[in-house]
Amino acid sequence: MRIRKHHLFWPLAMLAALLLFNLIYSPDFFSLQVRGGHLYGSLIDILNFGSPLMLVAIGMTLVIATGGIDLSVGSVVAIAGAMACLTISKGSDQGSLGLVLSAVGLSLVLSLALGLWNGLLVSGVGMQPIIATLILMVAGRGIAQLITSGQIITVTSDSYGYIGSGSLAGLPFSIFLVAAVFAAAGLLTRRTALGLFIEAVGRNPAASRLAGIRSRYVLLAVYLFCGLCAGIAGLILSSNVSSADGNNAGLWYELDAILAVVIGGTSLTGGRFYLTGTVIGALIIQTLTTTIYMIGVPPEITLVVKAFVVLVVCLVQSEAFRQALVRRWKTRHYPAEREAAKHAS
Amino acid sequence: MGDWIGDLTEKKGVRPLLGMTGIYKHFPGVKALNGVNFRLFPGEVHALMGENGAGKSTLIKVLTGVYSIDRGSVELDGRQVAIHSPRQAQEAGISTVYQEVNLCPNLTVAENIFIGREPRAFGRIRWKEMNRRAERLLRERLQLEIDVSRPLADYSVAVQQLVAIARALNISAKVLILDEPTSSLDRGEVGQLFAVMRKLKEEGLAILFVTHFLDQVYDISDRITILRGGEFVGEYEAASLPRIELVSKMIGKEMEALEERPKTAGSARGPRELLLEASGLARQGAIEPFDLRIGKGEVVSLAGLLGSGRTELARLLFGADRSDQGKLRLGDSPGTIHSPRQAIDEGLAFCPENRKTEGIVDDLSVRENILLAMQATRGWLRMIPRRKQEELADEYIKALNINPPNPEQLVKNLSGGNQQKVLLARWLLTRPKLLILDEPTRGIDIGAKAEIQKLVLKLAGEGMAVLFISSELEEVVRVSDRIVVLRDRKVVKEMIEDDIGQQQVMRAIAGG
Amino acid sequence: MLLNRKYLPIAVTVFLFALMFLAGAFRYTGFFSLQVFFNLLIDNAFLLIVAVGMTFVIVSGGIDLSVGSMIALTTMISASLVQEQGWPPAVVIPLVLVLGTLFGWGMGAVIHYFKIQPFIVTLAGMFLARGLCYVISINTITIDHPFYQKMAQTKVSLPGGSFVSISVLIALVVVAAGVYVAHYTRLGRNVYALGGSEQSALLMGLPVARTKIAVYAISGFCSALAGVVFTFYMLSGYGLHAMGLELDTIASVVIGGTLLTGGVGYVAGTFFGVLIQGVIQTIISFEGTLSSWWTKIVIGLLLFLFILFQRLLLVRPAARKL
Repeated sequence: MRIRKHHLFWPLAMLAALLLFNLIYSPDFFSLQVRGGHLYGSLIDILNFGSPLMLVAIGMTLVIATGGIDLSVGSVVAIAGAMACLTISKGSDQGSLGLVLSAVGLSLVLSLALGLWNGLLVSGVGMQPIIATLILMVAGRGIAQLITSGQIITVTSDSYGYIGSGSLAGLPFSIFLVAAVFAAAGLLTRRTALGLFIEAVGRNPAASRLAGIRSRYVLLAVYLFCGLCAGIAGLILSSNVSSADGNNAGLWYELDAILAVVIGGTSLTGGRFYLTGTVIGALIIQTLTTTIYMIGVPPEITLVVKAFVVLVVCLVQSEAFRQALVRRWKTRHYPAEREAAKHAS
Repeated sequence: MGDWIGDLTEKKGVRPLLGMTGIYKHFPGVKALNGVNFRLFPGEVHALMGENGAGKSTLIKVLTGVYSIDRGSVELDGRQVAIHSPRQAQEAGISTVYQEVNLCPNLTVAENIFIGREPRAFGRIRWKEMNRRAERLLRERLQLEIDVSRPLADYSVAVQQLVAIARALNISAKVLILDEPTSSLDRGEVGQLFAVMRKLKEEGLAILFVTHFLDQVYDISDRITILRGGEFVGEYEAASLPRIELVSKMIGKEMEALEERPKTAGSARGPRELLLEASGLARQGAIEPFDLRIGKGEVVSLAGLLGSGRTELARLLFGADRSDQGKLRLGDSPGTIHSPRQAIDEGLAFCPENRKTEGIVDDLSVRENILLAMQATRGWLRMIPRRKQEELADEYIKALNINPPNPEQLVKNLSGGNQQKVLLARWLLTRPKLLILDEPTRGIDIGAKAEIQKLVLKLAGEGMAVLFISSELEEVVRVSDRIVVLRDRKVVKEMIEDDIGQQQVMRAIAGG
Repeated sequence: MLLNRKYLPIAVTVFLFALMFLAGAFRYTGFFSLQVFFNLLIDNAFLLIVAVGMTFVIVSGGIDLSVGSMIALTTMISASLVQEQGWPPAVVIPLVLVLGTLFGWGMGAVIHYFKIQPFIVTLAGMFLARGLCYVISINTITIDHPFYQKMAQTKVSLPGGSFVSISVLIALVVVAAGVYVAHYTRLGRNVYALGGSEQSALLMGLPVARTKIAVYAISGFCSALAGVVFTFYMLSGYGLHAMGLELDTIASVVIGGTLLTGGVGYVAGTFFGVLIQGVIQTIISFEGTLSSWWTKIVIGLLLFLFILFQRLLLVRPAARKL
């Protein structure tokens, strides 16, 4: 019974169930081959293709922990990829390391700037996060297309391609990026007091203020970090296909990221957050996509499954739903009393 | 009429419009109403009085169909009724105007009066007719001439209050409940409201009036019902109930039973080093200008009834609310305090009255809650090492006797008293020069209460100044060197050591 | 103050539209004609219809992200039933309208009874509707049923040689009905009350549950109707139809002067909000050198300015109360 209380139990169980299904359905799923020093196999694919989502979801976790949300990550993904590809395509020698590094640097700075914009709207102007980030969600797609002039910019640069499809020690390089960001997020939130501040501000802003926490800076920091994560994800995504598509890159990412966070056990109302849970959540989503692909069902049907996952996870998290289940055995209360009790708690 | 436990006034020949007898309402762990009686006659203003936790708001919620009752009977017009929803209460003729105006600020004045019962023709709302009726209603019954087609938000709280009353009247109310309607009104606006109340009373309306302002109670009400801790204390004619008795019944001490202060050591302490000085500090609608000086190692109490401005005063000192006039000086540093963070840096600490919403972060552990303020002052980069955190948490858990003594327990699983101790620990860790405690002993058991009182005295002995806010006179008198009495949002009296006694304090609270 | 403050946002919207239209008229020859104006309506009829539904949702304090997917699903169901199953349009159209309404009703019920944020519930709805399209087919289904052809091609002539499509008439009827419901019925006023303060609405004895669920049902109905109109417009059913339309819809509603926090807004304002989006597109296409993505950037900018402007309007009365 104890183990079921652990916050990673349900996400892990879900992932295990998915993997088990794959094992039974197609034993090949788990086979790994070594070709030319690189590992190949479905599991590796899941890690590789899932890495942008994991990154975005890690950033999103911190934002959600403060009680906010960032709808603009998909657009930031597109902008970052577009910026990097544009810079590289303008260069004389696309393969040169210096050019690629400056392209990467430029697009990461841009992502940080976009994160700063969101953060300022939320913490400075005091807009609701969903509204503040909606602005960049809408305009960001346009900005990405502006950068690419509405074209799909293709680059031929091995150095740039390495980010999304290169391998290191036999594993895809993108995994190491995810690991680095995950470690950085873990260090930032658990080795400094930032994690404590984020949870306090997300759970009880009034108490945090009276305890002397400057929530403004905490909010700014999480939106900055989320922008950066989305930026790195954008680089991986565009590097993987060696091109930037302002219109479609990172489409639906905000929703998948939120879903990953919620599956991982972090509540949308803010407070406690679970980075590991989020990563597992992202892996579940990616595995689901891969699985559906494998069974031969059109991949778009993943959406139907996702819809049910969202609904089930939210119902489980919903106090009202659990109470509705329990209420049958309890005394009758007036509807307004339940309402009032809810407001009181 | 059932078995009345407390006093009751005689009113022969008139049948009460509303009679509540032996009402019980228990919540998990709280007996919110324990055999409470309440009667309301037509054409009277009846004040319902009681301190925090007396059961006033529960009683009103029962009456308005928000809460169900466990036991007891409610009679309206001589008939037994059961009220299941706010809507049903309105249909039965019971209308409520809440302290926080419960109208929709985005709708027009006329709509706020009529929504749910708009005049219609073939399902189409007749706006002109509605506006005309609203204008007439406001003019004729409330002497209010305003443009009813403007959004409610355009008008002051006082007007909104009157609009809420108009809505209640339009629903052909027999019983009008006014729940602290005056708390955000200025003097002139209160006068306007009272004029309306008197007029309605003459028209035969029964008005239940809840307020914390003693002057207003005696100004307007005919009779008073007092509740205390969910129990029925009694029903009295306002004219024949002296102020001091009203206060003593609310607080729960008979005048004769008040023992004199057990003089503790330290009454001979010399002049103190000045720590904090407020001069003419004020915030409109919260507290009128006051002067306050607190010295090192001094325990100063703020005494007064709920809503007298105690909390508001403390929040100004801590920078939780901004003052709009006056000066506040802390030690050597001049200037005012703009934020809690600045106050903390100047050596202040504040345990707020509302533990759940402003104190603890319920999802975090005891350890994290204890360390929150200290960590905030150190900034995010210099995290207190985990081992040090555990040491500190353990030390304070032991020192304050926090139970269960598990630093990793989530604070929401602790009892109220232990949550309070966690908050105390949080602030003691920051080694404040001045500790502000707003109702630190409310809702916690006797043992924990005594521990907290002892702690206050001990801290003062070590040189920490404490500003202590409590509704319990006994406790106030026991711990304080000096008592500042507040009434109706004003500092009315300051008492030092020798003339501190519960009787004197109570007289000051009750006022003229 | 000459103007009642509550009409200020909508006044700004109308003024902005007039300004943009006139600017276009001065700059481009052939811009200032009745037909250019009517083309705005023809090209945005479906947007107008969903936006009316969305206005109700946002005024009530919620949001509906499922509208774009619902349109796609409607085109898909219509196309598959009419084209592949051979059902008559007279049956199919009422059927999809009922389905859309039920879909919205279901989401509203989950939002209200389980107290889950509308954002999340309608997000699930969005996934579901989009996914169901692909369950039907992942390819485009072209419709060549004479009724749909006729609806698509019929031009309703108007004086001055201009014309509109039947879809425009449907959209205008929806706008008129929306104005009427919002302004002259109890349901409409309850929606405003709900958006102003749910707590107050409850204490005033208004039917909160019914109203909240109704709002999402209205939005579901409007998206289904918009889907029908969209089918007339595209003459096909496709799972990728109306991608991202929810954002355009929300933008139209906000630019139309509706507060995203709920409680304040006008269906008529939404009408102009949609027209502003149309004008921006038209200007950009007239300009020729400007590319289509500027539409999104300009709309994002307008969103920002309007939200900022609304905050300023909101801060003022609050400051007065202190």
